[in-house]
Amino acid sequence: MAVTVSSERDTVATPIQRAFREALYAGAISLGLFVLFIGLRTDQNISNELILVQRWGLLAIVVIAVTLGRFAYVAYAIPAMERSKAEKATAPAVVAEPGFLKRNFNRIGLVVLLLYPIAMVLLFGFQGSLKWVDNFGIQILIYVMLAWGLNIVIGLAGLLDLGYVAFYAVGAYAYALLGTHFGLSFWILLPAAGCMAAFWGVMLGFPVLRLRGDYLAIVTLAFGEIIRLVLINWREVTNGSAGISGIPKVSFFGLMSFNVSDPNYIAKVLHIAQSGAYYKIFLYYLALALCLLTAFVTIRLRRLPVGRAWEALREDEIACRSLGINTTTTKLTAFATGAMFGGFAGSFFAARQGFVSPESFVFLESAIILAIVVLGGMGSLGGIAVAALVMIGGTEILRELDFLKAVFGPDFTPELYRMLLFGMAMVIVMLWKPRGFVGSREPTAFLKERRAVSASFTKEGHG
Amino acid sequence: MNAQASANDFILQVEHLSMKFGGLVAIGDLSFQARRGEITALIGPNGAGKTTVFNCITGFYKPSEGMLTLNRRDGSTYLLERLPNHEIPARAKVARTFQNIRLFSGMTLLENLLVAQHNKLMKASGYTFLGLFGFPSYRQASAESIDLARHWLEKADLVDRADDPAGDLPYGAQRRLEIARAMCTGPELLCLDEPAAGLNPKESAALNDLLMDIKNNTGTSILLIEHDMSVVMQISDHVVVLEYGRKISDGNPQSVRTDPRVIAAYLGVDDEEVETVLTEVGDEDVIEQLDTGPDSAHGPGNSASMMAGPVSDSVEHADEGERVTVSKGASKAAQVDARAASIASKPQSAAKPAAKSSAAKAAPKKPAAKASAAKTGSASKGKETAAKPTAGKPGGRK
Repeated sequence: MAVTVSSERDTVATPIQRAFREALYAGAISLGLFVLFIGLRTDQNISNELILVQRWGLLAIVVIAVTLGRFAYVAYAIPAMERSKAEKATAPAVVAEPGFLKRNFNRIGLVVLLLYPIAMVLLFGFQGSLKWVDNFGIQILIYVMLAWGLNIVIGLAGLLDLGYVAFYAVGAYAYALLGTHFGLSFWILLPAAGCMAAFWGVMLGFPVLRLRGDYLAIVTLAFGEIIRLVLINWREVTNGSAGISGIPKVSFFGLMSFNVSDPNYIAKVLHIAQSGAYYKIFLYYLALALCLLTAFVTIRLRRLPVGRAWEALREDEIACRSLGINTTTTKLTAFATGAMFGGFAGSFFAARQGFVSPESFVFLESAIILAIVVLGGMGSLGGIAVAALVMIGGTEILRELDFLKAVFGPDFTPELYRMLLFGMAMVIVMLWKPRGFVGSREPTAFLKERRAVSASFTKEGHG
Repeated sequence: MNAQASANDFILQVEHLSMKFGGLVAIGDLSFQARRGEITALIGPNGAGKTTVFNCITGFYKPSEGMLTLNRRDGSTYLLERLPNHEIPARAKVARTFQNIRLFSGMTLLENLLVAQHNKLMKASGYTFLGLFGFPSYRQASAESIDLARHWLEKADLVDRADDPAGDLPYGAQRRLEIARAMCTGPELLCLDEPAAGLNPKESAALNDLLMDIKNNTGTSILLIEHDMSVVMQISDHVVVLEYGRKISDGNPQSVRTDPRVIAAYLGVDDEEVETVLTEVGDEDVIEQLDTGPDSAHGPGNSASMMAGPVSDSVEHADEGERVTVSKGASKAAQVDARAASIASKPQSAAKPAAKSSAAKAAPKKPAAKASAAKTGSASKGKETAAKPTAGKPGGRK
């Protein structure tokens, strides 16, 4: 709208006048937009006839809300923002000392994560904590792990991979098949699934090495779909869309089991009350450990020549070749490493669910993981973890927003608006922070002091 | 040329190098040598094929014909045209810089120089596995690599900015950093593509110092493409001049400076001949032939960077038969040759002195162009016959 028009007309009109005018425009536009969407609604009456329900009151509320919002924004928010901007410009350029929270972000985050299940148990009891530990804790940690794995491929090496979920699927099915057929334990299958996924990463890597940018994205997307279709159609092995169930649970390093029927069931060994929460809490810490392993390896790799070569590849592939870096193997290692972490996450996912089916590995999963990486800021582990918390935790928390029913009536189901809010949130974040939550890049080595590299210098890579 | 006898004096021997893009001959039968420990400059007007020679040497292009021999100090010999792209810096120890600077702009200066030591560090880190667990051997290698990087940062006068992103540097400093980065690979031959382009005189002088320092203190030989004559004449020991993909002169800076073919082709022509030459350059034949251009499907694409095209394609598709060379009339060096030859040995060409005289200069351009086309001999008519030996002659003579 006319916010950007700052010519002679603005000097004539005071902000209040302009706000008034723009608020009227905005109200008119919203009225036009919503008169059919909100004002009228089709419904069925008792005798199954289609009737039109008129909701003029709701329409009026929405239009008034838009009008007032626009008025407040133009009249007060914009001048306030401009004032603060001007103040900032005139103020001496003092580099603000990062606050306590910012400086110790990683440490605080780790402590919170370690104490989270205990706090939940204390707050809600064993049974009540199940939802919070499982749906929020474990779920988010799985996505953190996946996003950190994908971060190696996209954030560091700059290879746009839209089929990352394929490696997740390979890991999950490797665990499910080997676990159900051979009864191998989680602790053997976890590395096996990782290796399997890494192998498929190399298999995918070879043909796509010649491709760059959009072409690479399309081929990886196709690869993801191929894996899913194979899982659906290779019924003899994968049991098709019905999936594989009865995947063995993880044991506590073979010492204690989480199956109620087993003689070494944890409650029997420790002489405590039976509860399903033990397993979830154990899985939570397991997921946390796997996440920390991923983070540790990623941080280490970045400081090793191979990690630097990945980032150099993202910055300029031709220069890499002129320095004697074998770009083929460098790309393959990036694919393989990223895929390996995807495989770890997949096998953990299978162990947690006890059931896998191709339904879990659709393209949307790839897109969500990619969105987390982009939203978090490519290459930054902290930003990606926060993004996973926002994206996955945010969509989960919408299930909990029962109070919205009081506002919008008993028919309102917040879950249905999940994707809408999700998309809006992403748009807003991208407007506010175009390079993700953490756009800057931490250098891997320094002579005098470590200074973050501003996002304006780093490149996204193009294949 | 006694290439065999003194093979070890030469770090690089280019023999009969040809590079064709579709039908366009970018380099035709080029031979020259670069001596060990010297600065060899490769000069020539725009489009002479200098960068193509570089791309052939550093493996970005596979030459259509010819042999590129690199003799390392330890006596090992590499045929560069047979090595894969990334092995040329890694094994044959040839490093290069680019005409349009290619730094890792989002990485700090120090990181740029550490990436250049990739292969060495990769070995030290046990191909990542030892490094992942922080083995002391890797830590030591890592500290050494930082020392080497610091050494080159000091040489390039950039040590104060070591922790800044490379993209933040001013242009001249980026040039120096690119050279420092190339030197961190430990090269025996350093190929610099227009290192002084876009530098102010002060930066240019700093660059000269850096290059002389490299030459005197590291034993690295330098091959250099340059337009800036002050740089070329000051620091190079040996100059090779290209025009339209062919060598027209070869020797020390003094002899090249006085070579009439070079003067005509590169440094300009005598005042009284300027107009003639201009008309010749504007010759319709020339324009027509230039317009066909390289085959865009095979040669370097017109949209992408020069490296982007599928080069291997062009090598295979290059037909032996059809050969679209640029008009012989366009080669100023050839004109000088032809002129010299005709003055010496062709009394029958009575039309020519008339065309060349000052009276003809005042005359409309068209006739002059026609006359000059006739003067450059049967070259433009009989495509391959007359001009080829003429163009090849200077190379043979040296």
